[in-house]
Amino acid sequence: MQISMTVNGKDITEEAEPRVLLVHFIRDVLRLTGSHRGCDTSNCGTCVVLMDGQSVKSCTVLAAMADGHSITTVEGLASGATLDPVQQGFMEEHGLQCGFCTPGMMLTARALLDNNPHPDEGEIREAISGQMCRCTGYATIVRSVQWAAQHPATQEETAGEEVTA
Amino acid sequence: MQIPAPFDYVRASTVDNAFALLERHGPESRVVAGGHSLLPMMKLRLARPECLVDINDVFELDFVLRDGDTLRIGAMTRHSTLLESAEIARLFPIVGDAERVIADPTVRNRGTIGGSLCQADPAKDLSTVCKVLGAQAVVRGPAGERLLSMSEFHRGPYETAVAHNELLCEVRIPIRARSGSAYEKVERRVGDWAVVAAGASVTLAADGTIDDVRIGLTAVGIVGTATEAEAVLRGRHPGEDLFVEAGRLAALASDPVADQRGPVDYKRHLADELTRRVLRRATARATETQEG
Repeated sequence: MQISMTVNGKDITEEAEPRVLLVHFIRDVLRLTGSHRGCDTSNCGTCVVLMDGQSVKSCTVLAAMADGHSITTVEGLASGATLDPVQQGFMEEHGLQCGFCTPGMMLTARALLDNNPHPDEGEIREAISGQMCRCTGYATIVRSVQWAAQHPATQEETAGEEVTA
Repeated sequence: MQIPAPFDYVRASTVDNAFALLERHGPESRVVAGGHSLLPMMKLRLARPECLVDINDVFELDFVLRDGDTLRIGAMTRHSTLLESAEIARLFPIVGDAERVIADPTVRNRGTIGGSLCQADPAKDLSTVCKVLGAQAVVRGPAGERLLSMSEFHRGPYETAVAHNELLCEVRIPIRARSGSAYEKVERRVGDWAVVAAGASVTLAADGTIDDVRIGLTAVGIVGTATEAEAVLRGRHPGEDLFVEAGRLAALASDPVADQRGPVDYKRHLADELTRRVLRRATARATETQEG
């Protein structure tokens, strides 16, 4: 079947079987390999992408179900050479070790901060409770998200999104 | 790598359109909502539908609205919406208690109340919640609408009263004055299925005695509610001694199986302890609540 969606702001149309999962569509058809395939069972969260701004586990969404929707992958977080504050936060606070969980962690953090720009530590931990870091680097991941919350992008960078101090 | 067996995929735009698509694609077609129960089953090839009818665009089934002394929840209402609804939190705190321990926030963005109930997994938290709240399932089909109690709706593990050409459209929960409810679950890790969970709903009479009570247990093999435990509470003044007795009876009525989540005696112990805790909390909430 023909599947059309907006991925990182770009409209795409590709052929895929109805049984193709969104994570495979993104990786194998669109060749955006930043979204990882981990557990296959919606437990580990490394395949998380944003669908219409909400975090979803792309191993448990059919590509067909995403037809007509807007998807953001980790490749869509930065605008040009400017990193998303979440990406910058993971750099500043050493939020990654092996990096396998990082795309899912960062997209979940982005969705959290879009809804709640000033989360407390408990809210951050709750938000990433569906993500696993096999390096167990949760303390630095939480600090990375806190860094991002304290350094929101400026008005121009977020293209009209409201940013509060 | 887990990939489902091949199937056809169609999208329904309305409830009537879904009926037409189910009719057209025959008995091997299945409805998919959030997909977080069905897709994992399909990936494991435990389910092999020939066609999926996707109802994610059936927006008429996504609502939470109060209708007199009934709260109506559309079948396509996501877990995240149930958790965020201030009205649900006020009227039925058991829903928030349960939702906070159902999977994780990202899964809750997709999973729906209708999908959860239709999966009819005996370990599903929302099945217990709906039983405890005396909810009714609104099932519609080409022939019209049926109103079913949860015990009529759930026929057994993974089996519901919904026929192939029907849809669970809505869940209706009666709103009662001086009522409180609570849910508590023991799980091995965040977002896991319950080792055991308990839910209770308590309605107090004007004189402070227990007018009505329902106790539900998750994953311990009780069909319906814990009726013996409920019977000792009705008409009595709530108190610790009574809750202890109800916990004992609930544990006695439960029939858990030993599995990787724990042995039988541990699960019985949990049924007892969790029953007491939810009775305490539901009663305290009923005492605080004046409004219906």
